[in-house]
This record gives sequence, C-alpha cells and structure tokens, in this order.
Amino acid sequence: MAINRNFRTCPTTGLVFHEQADRLIRWNAVAGVVSLLVGGVLALLVTLTRWPAVHLLPADWFYLVLTAHGLDMLVFWIIFFEIAVLYFCGAVLLRCRIAAPRWAWLGFALMVIGAVTNNVAVFRGDSSVMFTSYAPMGAHPAFYLGLILFAVGALIGCFVFLGTLVVARSEGTFHGSLPLVTFGAVTACIIAIFTIASGAIILIPTFLWSIGLVSHIDSLMYRTVWWAFGHSSQQINVAAHVSIWYAIAAIVFGAKALSERVSRTAFLLYICFLQLASAHHLLADPGLTSNWKIFNTSYAMYLAVLASMVHGLTVPGAIEVAQREKGYNRGLFEWLRKAPWGNPVFSGMFISLVGFGFLGGISGVMMGTEQLNLIIHNTIYVPGHFHATVVVGTTLAFMSMTYFLIPVLFRRELMFPGLARWQPYLFGLGMSSFALFMMGAGTLGVPRRHWDITFAGNPLGYEFPGTAYLMMGIMALSGIVAVVGGIAYLLITVGSVFFGKRIGGSEFKALSVREGRASPPAPQPVAAAITGHGSIGIGGFVAPGTFTLALVFLVAFVLYYFVNWKYLSTLWPLS
Amino acid sequence: MAAPQTIRPEDEADEPVPAMQQLLDNPFLLLFIGIAMPTVLYVVWGVMEIVGIPLAR
Repeated sequence: MAINRNFRTCPTTGLVFHEQADRLIRWNAVAGVVSLLVGGVLALLVTLTRWPAVHLLPADWFYLVLTAHGLDMLVFWIIFFEIAVLYFCGAVLLRCRIAAPRWAWLGFALMVIGAVTNNVAVFRGDSSVMFTSYAPMGAHPAFYLGLILFAVGALIGCFVFLGTLVVARSEGTFHGSLPLVTFGAVTACIIAIFTIASGAIILIPTFLWSIGLVSHIDSLMYRTVWWAFGHSSQQINVAAHVSIWYAIAAIVFGAKALSERVSRTAFLLYICFLQLASAHHLLADPGLTSNWKIFNTSYAMYLAVLASMVHGLTVPGAIEVAQREKGYNRGLFEWLRKAPWGNPVFSGMFISLVGFGFLGGISGVMMGTEQLNLIIHNTIYVPGHFHATVVVGTTLAFMSMTYFLIPVLFRRELMFPGLARWQPYLFGLGMSSFALFMMGAGTLGVPRRHWDITFAGNPLGYEFPGTAYLMMGIMALSGIVAVVGGIAYLLITVGSVFFGKRIGGSEFKALSVREGRASPPAPQPVAAAITGHGSIGIGGFVAPGTFTLALVFLVAFVLYYFVNWKYLSTLWPLS
Repeated sequence: MAAPQTIRPEDEADEPVPAMQQLLDNPFLLLFIGIAMPTVLYVVWGVMEIVGIPLAR
C-alpha cells in the first residue's frame, strides 16, 4: 500500500507539514475550539449564578450547567487541543510523516462521538453529577460511555504520536536527541497514557454498574482511582503548556533553553512524580493513611513542583538571554520592557507563565500540604487554584499558540489584529483576578459547587461575612471580563479560519524518504562552544532579571505558605 | 592565521553516551517509568490501604 508522503514547507517559518498531519492537527484544534465555545457559554451562566447579586439559574439547571462546563473545558477542549499539540510536536517538528493516519482518524472520530454522547447525556438532565461523578451518585450510562469512547480515542492519538517518533527515527528526519519541545510533548503523552488507563480502570466498572451488571462501586475506591484520571488529566496540560512556552520562546525570540540537560531532567521529574499529586484531593478522606497522603503530596509532589520552578526559571531566562544578545542588555529589565508586548503570541504566553507560577503554583503547594488543606478543602478556593493553572496557565498558552498557527497551519491572515493584541490581557488578567478572588472567598469558607451561599430557606443556615460576598461579586465581574476575552478569541480564530485572507505559496508535493532526511549537524567553532554567552548580563549572571524575578517568586511563596500556617493556628487553636 | 578549530559531529559520536542521556533518549523506557511509578506509589498502594480497612460488624 502506498504511503502518503505529501509535504509542504511553510514559506515564513520553514516548518514542514505532512498532508495527513496537517489535516489532523487542524481538525483536532477545531474540535477543541468548538468545545471551548460550548464550555465558555456555560462558564458565563455558572459565573452569573454564583454571583449572589444576580443568582441567574435555578438549582437544577445550575448543577447541569456546571457539570457540562467542567467536562467541556477540563476534558474535551483541553485534550482535543493536546492531541493537536502532540501531532504538531511529532510530525511537524520532526519533519516526518505521521504514523498510521487511519488510526489517528479513528481516534479522532471516537473522541468526537464520545464528547457528543457525554454532552447529550448531561443535557438530557439526568446526569448532573459534576465533572467528578462520584459514585454512588449515578449518571445515565451514556455519560460514562461517552467518556470511555473519548478516552479510547485519545489513547489511540497518544500511540500514533509515539509511532511518529519511531517513523522519524527510522527515516532519519532528525539527529541525536529529540528537540526539547517534542520531549515535553513526550512527557505529556506519557502522563496522558497513565491518565487514560486510570480512567478506564474506574469508568468501565462504573458504566457496568450504571447498566446493572455490577452491583456495587466502593465510593472510596472510586475516588482514589478516579483522581488518578481526574487530576492527572490536568497534569497533561502542565507538560503540554510548558512545551508550548519553550516553543513560543523559540518562535518569537529564537531563544534556546539555558540548559537543555536541566530542562529535560525537569521533564523527567514530571514523568516520575507529577501524577502522584492527585492524592491532594483525598487529603481529608478517612481510610487512607497519612503515609500514603504525605508521600504522594508533600514528598513526591514537591519534586514535580521543583520541575515547574525549573521551567519557570529557564523559559524567561532563555528569553532574557536571547533579548540581551540582540542588544537589550541594559539594567535588569530592558529585555522585558522591550519585549513584543503587542504580539499576542508572546503576551499570552508570558501572562500564562506568570499566572501559572504565582497563582496556580503557590496555591497548589499550599493545598497539597495535609494540614493546610483543611483550611480550604471543598471550598471555592479549589476551583480558584485550578482556574489559575488550567485556564490562565494552559488555556492562555494554547490561545497564544493559535495566533501562531493560524497563518502557519491554516494559511490565513489573522483577522481583527487590533483586538488580538488586547485579547490575552482581557482574558489573562480577567481570569487571574477571577481565580484570585475565588481563592479569597474560599479562604473565608465559601463552598465550591454550591448553588446558594445564602442558604435561603434552609433550616440550618450560615451567614458568611460581607467580605465573602464582596469577593464573590468581584470574582463574577472579573469572570465577565475573561468571558469577553474568550469571545474575542473565538471571534478572531473562527473569523480568521473561515474568512481570513488566504496565504498562498505553500502547496503539498511528494517527497521521498531520502529527500526528507535531516542533514548532519554543522560543525561548531570551539571558541563559541567555550565562551558561550560571555558578553551579556550583569556581574557574571547571564540572566540577572530572571534571577531577580525568581527571588520575588520565592519570597511570595514563603510568605504565603507561612501566612497560611498562621491562619490555620487561629482557626484551630491547639493550646 | 590558522583556521579556527571546530567540534565535528563525528567526534561527538565517538564518545560514549552517558546513561542519563540514554534514558532521556528512550521514550519507551520513559513510558514504562511514567506508568510504573504512579501505578505502584499511588494506585496500588492506595488500593491496598482501602482493601485493608476492616469491615464494620
């Protein structure tokens, strides 16, 4: 059987696209954006209901909408886009054909069918079980079946990506180690395979339980195994968006990682330890020992946090070095002041990096500490944390990557470039504020997933302080700003893809295996290898600005950590 | 003036590849580690603890 070896070369970037990979990336990205559209409309409805002054939806609709919002955003939008990222980092960055494209299309079809089936089950109204769908709370069988089909499709996508690495190696399209961005995608793929396998282990028996073939699902067993799926699915995001940070640093600045060895080791720490952080969801559960809880969170998770801090240092550090080498070498922050803040590819990525580190990262460590977790467990602090990681961190990184992909992949000019300049600020800053005030309200005890915090008409009421209501109001206003930013993103991307001016000069043509082989690496002058970045930086530091920012981050981290211990001591006096 | 010395790729190829580099260059070994570690430390250990909870009489 003939293998499709049609390739095109992007005239602007020099990236090489295999025809089938090109189509698969586009369709997965489009399916992701459609999920984002549905999830975004639902996000507005949830926000307007949790705003006590508006309280838009009735209770049953609120829980239905919240369930669909969680699934469309945390599973369907993110994983569709991640599969697109895997194919991009595999076939495009390695300049090779995609392995087994028919399997890839089958995987995509299963993902679409699964996503639609799950959404239909939720919108029927009898599956408002939240994203977590804790047994013994039961949903319609189609709810679980949809998730299983989607997971199988995504698993096929992961193996197609791994097969593509084998193709690239055997056809000699790259030399030596995988590029760092592709290595990050390998990390995401490995976490995805563990995640999906865990999902299958728990969702298949739950599906059988929903149709009456299994009599009982143990609730603690369900929670423990489900979180290996539920939280790890968000760890795929972390590896994927960190890879995108490195990619954007290279695309916008031509930046190379400060030390590839250190960055790869940080990814290895993710592979070994990141999934174990799932245990922090069970820190308040009886039945599991402190040994299990503390090993998985306070020991293993900290190694993964260390890896995130390494990436948080090396990505801006690489940008700083690249900028200083271009001549922006004065003072601590000229490199940052002179960065292209009007380019949404960069501004989105940088807000994603800062928001993920300062808001999502620090709050995640706090939540992962068994004692401190008691302060905020099951409060709105938890969605505050994951809106900082998944929305500010991952979604914004994916959005900024889209602005690069529209002309390169879809071969269309970006529509509304003025709006595109502002979009990352609207979405990123709106969502950062949204997450921050959620965490503030959560610290005051406001529960998560609760329709009415006034407890109106209930025999056992509780009166939250006025500050909690103020924070919920500011949270909702910030959420509306973020939704406006989301609408702007959808307007720009959908408008550009369907109505943007076509960019020509890049047609597919047949390429033999021999023509596709990478040329051997060019010899490097010894002097360049020895001297490195000798002429830039301050006082022997090549990236002093990044070092200063890292110190600010560490001070914020330590202060916030100890403030929470102090807060815990006032809530729970031991003397 | 003498021509500048260069590091040729074939010189690098003669050097033995460090064990850590071999690990990082093998995605399937990484896949095994990435599945085995959380399966043992999170899933299996967690499930064993739950199974070990005595039943109420």
